[in-house]
Amino acid sequence: MNIELSKKLLDQLIKLSGSVSDKLDRQITLMEVCGTHTTAISKSGLRGLLSPYMELLSGPGCPVCVTDQTDIDRMLAFARLPGVVIASFGDMIRVPGTHASLEVERARGARIEICYSPHEALSYAVQHIDKEIVFLGVGFETTAPAVALSVMEAKALGIINYSVLSVHKLVPPAMKVLLADPELNVDGFILPGHVSVITGRKVFDFIASEYGIPAVIAGFEPIDIMEAISLLLKQIVDKKAETINGYTRLVSEEGNIRAKNAIEEVFEPEDASWRGFGLIPESGLVFKKAYAGFDAAARFPVEVPYASPPEGCSCGEVLKGKIKPDQCPLFSIVCTPADPTGPCMVSSEGACAAYFNYGDE
Amino acid sequence: MTSQKNSDIILISHGDGGLLTHQLLEKYFLPCFNNTLLEGLTDAASFPVRQGKMAITTDSFVVDPIFFPGGDIGKLAVCGTVNDLAVSGAKPLYLTASFIIEEGFPIADLERIIASMAQTCREADVMIVAGDTKVVGRTQADKIFITTTGIGYMLLEADLGYNRIEPGDVIIVNGPMGNHGLSILLERQSFSFDTKVLSDCTPLNMLTEKLLERFKGIKFMRDLTRGGLSTCIKEIALSAGVDIRLNESNIPIDDYVKGITETLGLDPLYLANEGKFLLIASGEEADSILEYLREDLCAQQSDIIGHVETGKGNVYLKTTLGGTRRLTMLTGAPLPRIC
Ligand code: SF4
Repeated sequence: MNIELSKKLLDQLIKLSGSVSDKLDRQITLMEVCGTHTTAISKSGLRGLLSPYMELLSGPGCPVCVTDQTDIDRMLAFARLPGVVIASFGDMIRVPGTHASLEVERARGARIEICYSPHEALSYAVQHIDKEIVFLGVGFETTAPAVALSVMEAKALGIINYSVLSVHKLVPPAMKVLLADPELNVDGFILPGHVSVITGRKVFDFIASEYGIPAVIAGFEPIDIMEAISLLLKQIVDKKAETINGYTRLVSEEGNIRAKNAIEEVFEPEDASWRGFGLIPESGLVFKKAYAGFDAAARFPVEVPYASPPEGCSCGEVLKGKIKPDQCPLFSIVCTPADPTGPCMVSSEGACAAYFNYGDE
Repeated sequence: MTSQKNSDIILISHGDGGLLTHQLLEKYFLPCFNNTLLEGLTDAASFPVRQGKMAITTDSFVVDPIFFPGGDIGKLAVCGTVNDLAVSGAKPLYLTASFIIEEGFPIADLERIIASMAQTCREADVMIVAGDTKVVGRTQADKIFITTTGIGYMLLEADLGYNRIEPGDVIIVNGPMGNHGLSILLERQSFSFDTKVLSDCTPLNMLTEKLLERFKGIKFMRDLTRGGLSTCIKEIALSAGVDIRLNESNIPIDDYVKGITETLGLDPLYLANEGKFLLIASGEEADSILEYLREDLCAQQSDIIGHVETGKGNVYLKTTLGGTRRLTMLTGAPLPRIC
């Protein structure tokens, strides 16, 4: 991070913010859709520095946080199956299901391997042909291509002990639900950089063109985020609405075609249940017929009763930007990173975790 | 038996107290840990004591991988215990070392670990004077576990404790944060980073002894192991009943560590160190302590990273941008993010 440049930008941004709120005679509300932004904003202290001028709300941008309670319970049920090894990204390990977490199941004897890529899970399957490896496919457009590639590779190699529980989610459909909410009170969106690398800028055009709300795709350095915010403010004062690509060094108009093709080869969109949002049309990814053999949900048909989030948990409200994490009645009293009630408190990208871990004075 | 004699791996019989155990000691442990107190192989080592106070500490080492860039489990087992004594204001003298080894463990690896322990003992000027070896069946332990206990005497000059920490004191660290934790994490998983991150594993007692001799204004010391700087500072703030304010721009972190942790979504302030400590000293002596530290080879990047204020156990970090965020204790192991 170029500190001098950052500080200069911050000064400019603060001046601009002040003049914008004076001009409009009210405080601006912006929403960062991506969990990595949420963490970066909290960690750099930007949230506190800009709080006199604007509210920065967190949106549904953490794939762990939007995972439905029933899906978490299904993962735990898989972990209890004899002969099954769960391969998962580390973020999922401490996420609470209705009665346990993967961490608890591991202590009870379940085999859980932490992986940093689906490819690693596949290699593990190749080395342990006597075990069934189930990879937990949690993630957005960013993660889905690598998972798809691992499945394509498994198919090509004739590996039969590797499968994926696909709870992948797509960001644009969730944005549509947010935007259609009459209670949504957001002046502009900071759009996720990583997701946009895959999807491209164009898919987010509807935010500005259909709903009249400005949006800017941002990278993850504080400088990137500050630039995106100032691009949003300028649009707000000029009463303009465009979806701007503020992360041109990595994001193109059409996105990463190879990655998109990989997703399309293996998966197709279907309605999916999001934590706090309920069913969102065409917002999940399920296996296409040709790859049905790699679908863990079909391969291990466990009975998982429908589960709703625990009493008092307001993750849904947080994810929709209706409340800030510290407005949840459980925040820091019942729900802490050491003993989380909802995934937002334990995922490294969760808004509640960011507020808890990096809160200001 | 003949075939076992030539075996290059640890067998269950190496731990049964019989001939093979004896051979293991004679051939591998004694030549390396060679000293008069150990020589007799009596049931207990005896040594003269001085007046004043003794200090004792113990720790178990179960690190995976057992060899990592910049160190190994043996070096760690010596440093960890020596450093616990060092930052308590003690001069470490003797260690005991207890090994739990998994059946099938390569003897060559054991040799490497023993040699490294012996070398680290020389650096720290301590002796391993008693020990134990147990062998457990395959899968009953993960390769090798080492427990070391250290004993030493309290330096007369040292007067360290939470009760001495007061507003106006400054906090100094002896170098960049996070290298050990990151090196272990990178070794455990195959990330494709070009840079090798070296663990900072090193004994600190020589440095702490010199410091305590020289500067009466040192009020507290702590090595920054598991949980990293953040967890440690939070514990201090709570135990001493003060607030602590840190300045992000002064906290030394190597550039490549910064880069890799940013990419992986990790925070170097929560990563373990094995050769780093913080000290809290009165404001008046701060500059001379810093100057002195920076002359030492293993503390050239020392810096004053913050100060103590009246309060109730909060730790605040002033970010490089000028914002403020709280620091807390680590919960769960630091894991890279999904995205
Ligand atoms: S504080 Fe806990 S329960 Fe409340 S919204 Fe956050 S994660 Fe959910």
